[in-house]
Amino acid sequence: MSESKRQRDDLVFDASGLSPAALGRKHRLERDPSARTDPMAYLPGMERIDSDLKDRVLAAVAAYDPARFGSADVCRALGRERLAIEDLEALLSPAAAPFLEPMAERARAETVRHFGNTVYLFTPLYIANYCENYCVYCGFNCFNPIRRMKLGKAQIEREMEIIAKSGMEEILLLTGESRSASGVEYIGEACELARRYFRLVGLEVYPMNTDEYRYLRSRGADYVTVFQETYDLAQYAELHLLGHKRVWPYRFDAQERALLGGMRGVAFSALLGLSDFRRDALATALHACFIQRKYPGAEISLSCPRLRPITNHENVRPGEIGERELCQVLCAYRLFLPFAGITVSSRESAAFRNGIAKIVATKISAGVSTGIGDHASKYGEETAPAPEGDEQFAISDTRSLAQMAADLTGEGLQPVLNDYVDA
Amino acid sequence: MSNENDTLTLGGHAFTSRFILGSGKYSPSLIEAAVQHAGAQMITLSVRRANTKQSENILDHIPEGVTLVPNTSGARDADEAVRIAHLARALGCGTFVKIEIMRDTKYLLPDNYETLKATERLAAEGFTVLPYMHPDLNVARDLVKAGAAAIMPLGAPIGSNRGLATADFIQILIDEIDLPVIVDAGIGAPSQACRAMEMGASAIMANTALATSGDVPRMARAFKLAIEAGREAYRAGLGRVLSRGAAASDPLTGFLR
Repeated sequence: MSESKRQRDDLVFDASGLSPAALGRKHRLERDPSARTDPMAYLPGMERIDSDLKDRVLAAVAAYDPARFGSADVCRALGRERLAIEDLEALLSPAAAPFLEPMAERARAETVRHFGNTVYLFTPLYIANYCENYCVYCGFNCFNPIRRMKLGKAQIEREMEIIAKSGMEEILLLTGESRSASGVEYIGEACELARRYFRLVGLEVYPMNTDEYRYLRSRGADYVTVFQETYDLAQYAELHLLGHKRVWPYRFDAQERALLGGMRGVAFSALLGLSDFRRDALATALHACFIQRKYPGAEISLSCPRLRPITNHENVRPGEIGERELCQVLCAYRLFLPFAGITVSSRESAAFRNGIAKIVATKISAGVSTGIGDHASKYGEETAPAPEGDEQFAISDTRSLAQMAADLTGEGLQPVLNDYVDA
Repeated sequence: MSNENDTLTLGGHAFTSRFILGSGKYSPSLIEAAVQHAGAQMITLSVRRANTKQSENILDHIPEGVTLVPNTSGARDADEAVRIAHLARALGCGTFVKIEIMRDTKYLLPDNYETLKATERLAAEGFTVLPYMHPDLNVARDLVKAGAAAIMPLGAPIGSNRGLATADFIQILIDEIDLPVIVDAGIGAPSQACRAMEMGASAIMANTALATSGDVPRMARAFKLAIEAGREAYRAGLGRVLSRGAAASDPLTGFLR
């Protein structure tokens, strides 16, 4: 059995409550490759743009052999003022592990030079968790019978009021990936509402076409985050078995379409743990680097999430990527892209986030819930229980905005709620 | 020897300090001490940072009597810079504005063309306009015509602490432009600030050099002293520097009658 196959089998689970028919469809997708579509074939309505970035990133990853690098390569990379791609490769390799402290020292100096001691705070708001995709590791996947929910306009506004009252000025709006349940206009309405309560509005929703991004920009969205999950095409096809998300190239070009649609910034990430994390980290950094070169005005940021337990499947774990490996990846990102924002997720522990904020992070979430419609209960506002939708994944760091700001200040950092003006 | 009359005049205001302090990248609680140690009478701040409901607004940390110089960082073209300047005025930041227009998120180099357009419009509206620019003589001359109150050429890429990488071009601006030339960006050490002042720069703007030092107020004082030393040297007139050998003690032309 191949490595990737074994890992997929660790992630796949049958939740109780699925109908026999649904279970049959699910098993067929898992076991019979002929039941799946071609992950490189666009679906009707998906826009194609003329871009060679996919080929360049894939070629670089295919040529990358982490075992080829030794400590001399790592030392040379650390001595360079501007890192070449091969330096990034060295810093992501196993040979760099003993150099974590000098990497962190240099990463910290770069972070301070570009961002001072500031750390921006934001919170995500999930407005719907319907999803049409079957991604085997995700709590929202269409074969996981969780409580589904889509907030109405009044409910969204109520959630935003509660969050805004906590002092938060930046919000990241998320949905599950369902065009039919959470249409572009629905997301547009949420952006308009968000604009009234927040200074900066980010989106983490399904990839869409340029004209749809342009529409959402006109409704108040500022930046777009799309996680590629893994840049390993074969593994991607094994893990994303059904739905529009199965189409790898359409997802890859999402940031470019968002920028063509007028978005100010884009964010990139692989979900570390799905495939070889060193290759995925290399691909993520190169994807971001090539986009910045092609669109020099774009604000670029990177995230670095690891797999987390999900509803109905507690055993989803990040595998070989411990905190030391995560720190190594983040330091390599910082040294290769010193100007890029780096966001650290509430998937990580408070202790890790406090530490990493001093080295590389420029943005950290606080007051996080990955459930639907539960800010009232989580922010201690509601007395009567309201209906809530289940969470996408379990978070680790549950600190409120006030607690996070106090902790960062205690670490000698400067929590910032807004550094943005929509001119 | 008195320096009381050696003032820098911008927008009708006379300043005796020639050190413009930045306020980004370090904790706002240090601003007051930094201003005091720097002897600064002007402080820049990013409008986007002041554009917050945050209880601890950076504006609350600016001491009384210090002239605010809001900057338009985040603007990508002249239209955006003009809108940010209007927002600054609405926030009560006065009529000074430092124009920063960047279309490149990697190096943050100023866009001279858009900066010129924004300068024309904001100067016409009555702002005291301080354009941050790449040191180009032709653009500097156009900025003078556009109504700038000073010009602010970069010494090196912003935040780089690399010093006067553009020294030769800044010298040309100092020699040819009648407005104050304020060296902005890249100054990483007091010695570099001193050198720029010796060259005839009218003032120095610094931020990252302080923020990345171990002690912000102390570094602010070090810059103050260096800027004053450089200014004094400039006013005194630097002695000549011989590039090769020594001067003959008996003049070569001594035989001439």
